[in-house]
Amino acid sequence: MTTQDGKEELEAQFAQWRQYVLRRKELQPLDADELEDHLRGSVDELVAAGLSPDEAFLVAVKRMGSLDELSREFAREHSERLWKQLVLSADTGGPVAATRSRRDLWALVICAVGAAVSVKVPALFGLSLEDDGSFYARNFALLALPWLAAFLAWRRKASRPVIAALVALFALGAVAANVYPLLDTSQSLVVTSIHLPIALWLVAGLAYVADEWRSSRRRMDFIRFTGEWFIYFVLMALGGGVLSAFLFNTFKAIGILPEEFISYWLLPCGAAAAIVVAAWLVEAKQSVVENIAPVLTRLFTPLFTAALLAFLVAVLWTSNGIDVEREALILFNLLLVVVLGLLLYSLSARDPLAPPGPFDRLQLALVVSALAIDVLVLLEITGRITDEYGGTPNRAAALGENVILLVNLAWSAWLLLNFIRRRTPFAALERWQTGYLEVYAAWAWIVVLVFPPVFNYV
Amino acid sequence: MKVAKDLVAASATPLVLGILAEGESYGYAILRRINELSGGELDWTEGLLYPLLHRLERLGFAESNWQSVTGERKRKYYRITGQGLAELAEQRRQWDTVVDTLKEIWHDRVPLTNPLEGLA
Repeated sequence: MTTQDGKEELEAQFAQWRQYVLRRKELQPLDADELEDHLRGSVDELVAAGLSPDEAFLVAVKRMGSLDELSREFAREHSERLWKQLVLSADTGGPVAATRSRRDLWALVICAVGAAVSVKVPALFGLSLEDDGSFYARNFALLALPWLAAFLAWRRKASRPVIAALVALFALGAVAANVYPLLDTSQSLVVTSIHLPIALWLVAGLAYVADEWRSSRRRMDFIRFTGEWFIYFVLMALGGGVLSAFLFNTFKAIGILPEEFISYWLLPCGAAAAIVVAAWLVEAKQSVVENIAPVLTRLFTPLFTAALLAFLVAVLWTSNGIDVEREALILFNLLLVVVLGLLLYSLSARDPLAPPGPFDRLQLALVVSALAIDVLVLLEITGRITDEYGGTPNRAAALGENVILLVNLAWSAWLLLNFIRRRTPFAALERWQTGYLEVYAAWAWIVVLVFPPVFNYV
Repeated sequence: MKVAKDLVAASATPLVLGILAEGESYGYAILRRINELSGGELDWTEGLLYPLLHRLERLGFAESNWQSVTGERKRKYYRITGQGLAELAEQRRQWDTVVDTLKEIWHDRVPLTNPLEGLA
């Protein structure tokens, strides 16, 4: 072997060693530089003492000790490196990633400011939050969500047909919210105010999946996005609450009551901006932090299962009928939504190829007990459907939702059972859930568009 | 005889500061110097030295700069600061107290390993 060969081989060994070092997140490129210099010093000395470069490298690496130990020591001094730090420090991924995240930041600022300003635009036309609350109830989603959709579509570089579809759907939403002659006191107004945001959120979902709107994987990504978005939004809402409380009390202390500013400016504009900021956070942190929604579902699935089973046992034991007022039906709808959420978010984090395990059985138990409870509730209702439960948009909407959720969970339970018995692959369950998004969208649009005229704008 | 780990760790800061007080230096040279001074009795690892250097830098006892040596290789040199010198003086005062106390207590005893110690 010539010296030249030996040298090249040595360089290759250094390069390989460097790669190993950089895999540790406790050790950063500059540390690797410093340690490499150390290693080279050690190798040079050993070579001078008569070892071949090969042997010298081996001995030097051995002397440095295991990387585990080394990175443990580094972690004690640099514990902050074990925490992925957030926001405006875009120093992680080289210049390309940096310009990209800077452009993202600008898009975020534009969309968030746009959303915040949009909320106050109707005020220019004499619609104040104070006197025209019903206008804002119907239109808040219409003012804020287009900016979210715009941000997502920009990030996805959505094609023209997708953008055209987005514009058309938001326009349709604007028509549905404002064309029908709904009184401020009408039930339809409440129903529309609840369902239009759902319909428009799924429109934002179209911006999220963009051209791949048929892909089950991308839809599942949107479901993940929704869960994380919700958590970030709640966190920001908590922060906003603390800010408002301090603002109110400090100004009160000097004799100024900032009530009007807080409730007509800070909260609505802040909420609209937070919708976009939460989306940006999810997108920025997607590959950086562990998603929190699946962790919460893991935690709460056993607890909810226990609670539902206890409720079932209590109902059967006492043979008390369930008192089904309208509020109760909404309560049970929410219960189904929670169960569906628990199911959805543990599906979203599951490795599709892993074999069925105890947690899947637990989920089946959860879904089946929720179904059993809901069937009891529906049995109570059917007796009175004509006299008490027909007739108003509220009841029709609540009942329709109950049926939609019931169908979803029943088929999910069936698929889950087959999966546990290894008859169907896990992907079937995933496809069922992602395909069902269309059902939610269709229902929300029906409620918003068809219900008011059918129920004579009651 | 190897010096116990705790003792190595406790004496690490004054040793490194002392070496840096002699002049600017870098990791490998510092390790060599410690080896040389202790006759190989002090068992230092890279895992001890580099995090310690980073800590000294963070606390403002030392400052560093990168210099290039032969070709593309670059090396991080550390230099002691005024604050570092003050810290060294303080540590030295403390160590002198410990050493004096130990000598005092061992003065009249039968020497354990080194007969010279008893004569002093």
